[in-house]
Amino acid sequence: MTTSAIHRAIDAVWRIESAKIIAKAARMLRDVGLAEEVAQDALVTALERWPRDGIPDNPGAWLMTTAKNSAIDHLRRRKLHGLKHEELGRELESQEEVRQAQALADFEAALEDDIGDDLLRLVFTACHPVLSPEARVALTLRVLGGLTTDEIARAFLIAEPTVAQRIVRAKRTLSEARVPFEVPRKDALAARLESVLEVIYLIFNEGYAATRGDDWMRPALCEEALRLGRILAELVPAQPEVHGLVGLMEIQASRAAARIGPSGEPILLLEQNRARWDQLLIHRGLAALERAEQLGGAFGPYALQAAIAACHARAHTPTETDWMRIAALYDALAQIAPSPIVELNRAVAIAMAFGPAAGLQLVDALMSESQLTGYHLLPSVRGDLLAKLGRTDEACAEFKRAASLTRNVRERDMLLQRAATCASPPR
Amino acid sequence: MRFMMLMIPKGYETAAPGTMPDAKAVEAMMKYNEALQKAGVLLALDGLHPPSMGARVTFPGGKAKVTDGPFAEAKEVLGGYWMIQVKSKEEAVEWASRCPASENEVIEVRQVQEFADFPADVQDAAAGFSEMQARQSRGT
Repeated sequence: MTTSAIHRAIDAVWRIESAKIIAKAARMLRDVGLAEEVAQDALVTALERWPRDGIPDNPGAWLMTTAKNSAIDHLRRRKLHGLKHEELGRELESQEEVRQAQALADFEAALEDDIGDDLLRLVFTACHPVLSPEARVALTLRVLGGLTTDEIARAFLIAEPTVAQRIVRAKRTLSEARVPFEVPRKDALAARLESVLEVIYLIFNEGYAATRGDDWMRPALCEEALRLGRILAELVPAQPEVHGLVGLMEIQASRAAARIGPSGEPILLLEQNRARWDQLLIHRGLAALERAEQLGGAFGPYALQAAIAACHARAHTPTETDWMRIAALYDALAQIAPSPIVELNRAVAIAMAFGPAAGLQLVDALMSESQLTGYHLLPSVRGDLLAKLGRTDEACAEFKRAASLTRNVRERDMLLQRAATCASPPR
Repeated sequence: MRFMMLMIPKGYETAAPGTMPDAKAVEAMMKYNEALQKAGVLLALDGLHPPSMGARVTFPGGKAKVTDGPFAEAKEVLGGYWMIQVKSKEEAVEWASRCPASENEVIEVRQVQEFADFPADVQDAAAGFSEMQARQSRGT
């Protein structure tokens, strides 16, 4: 094998193993930042040695052992510092013996027990609410996704030093806030899980919202979010909302190939060529949704959004769409997770189910909503409903307003075109 | 990117109808499947009955001709497959390397063609096909 072939093979092993190695080291060292360094060191050692000595039979185990040994060295050094080491000292201030015994027990257990528990601890730590959403996203992609800062920077279209700094700060915040490396207790689990799901969905949407087809890292974000979601669904299989989120992402991802036209223009859901929807992902999404429902989670916010997506996925032409059901699902969503955006979507569903007048009534009620000021989809939807009702002058004005608000050039063109059509109705 | 890991067990081409893998092999394979699932890379998997229970359709002169299994001329046959979603061919190969396969088994790793891989004219032709496929899988 050439050196570059070996490097690619190491990359592959790293992608599969890095989260587990960091999780295990974090359990031993009780410090995610240090654990990541230890794991990185193991990677660097592999990059040095494997091209020379060949790839070991079990490369994953090799990396894990190397990282573990290096973690043990760190712990020894701490001990040599006369237990006056800053962090140990801090721990020893209170309940010295109990903590020490606990640390030892944890350490012993960390060497042996199920890697799944450690991974889950890592998930909850990287997505801890003490961190800002941006910090959680960056840290999660780094320690759980195994992405480099360069890859994260390219995916989010930001400078690499910004990402690096964000990650450094996140680690420092975790350490300063003394966030324990643990899975939250049952009473706190739901709230903490929400924060984890939010991070995964943010990653997904960052990739999904992009209409630029030229950067391969953006679709890669969707795949990464899906992978993290699927991993989480295996770690906490009894949590319905995890399956709800996975279902939602699988179904949305199934439309990836259909939602962007040949020259990069966005294609709206109802105009997509449904033949290009990925049936395997739809099938997986529907199965995940069913699992969420079986676990009693049909009315979780993600499960509801997945159920709405499923209505579209099940309809093989737009006219077959069950808009009544979609409207009802938006009703439920508006009750548990009310927001002006949900309300706007509900208005669209109501218009499709019960006619444009009913929808317009709801949209009009949103006109004074401060959160939607400057949001181009509000006048865009209103223009569409007005046009359907034959109120062309008003519709034209709304399309123009929407065009002035959108930042997407192709969307602006589309809206201006609709405005022009309204101004001079055919025949 | 998606890859198929195609399992080719030597000797399966002559296996009797109803041949099943032994419990021990299945147990090891279940662990492997579980690892793929837990890693979030597994999209689908299936095992296939031996060719002696299947049939081959050939097209001599463009006309379909059916031959029931087993197939005397077959040197390798499929025993099953995994479909995985990974970041690189190397990652797919790494997963294949971890399979608890026996000495007489081969795993062929093949990338799945994506719609975007096709040139425009093939995409147009393929769209008609996938439409039909979509209808079938939605049971209409």
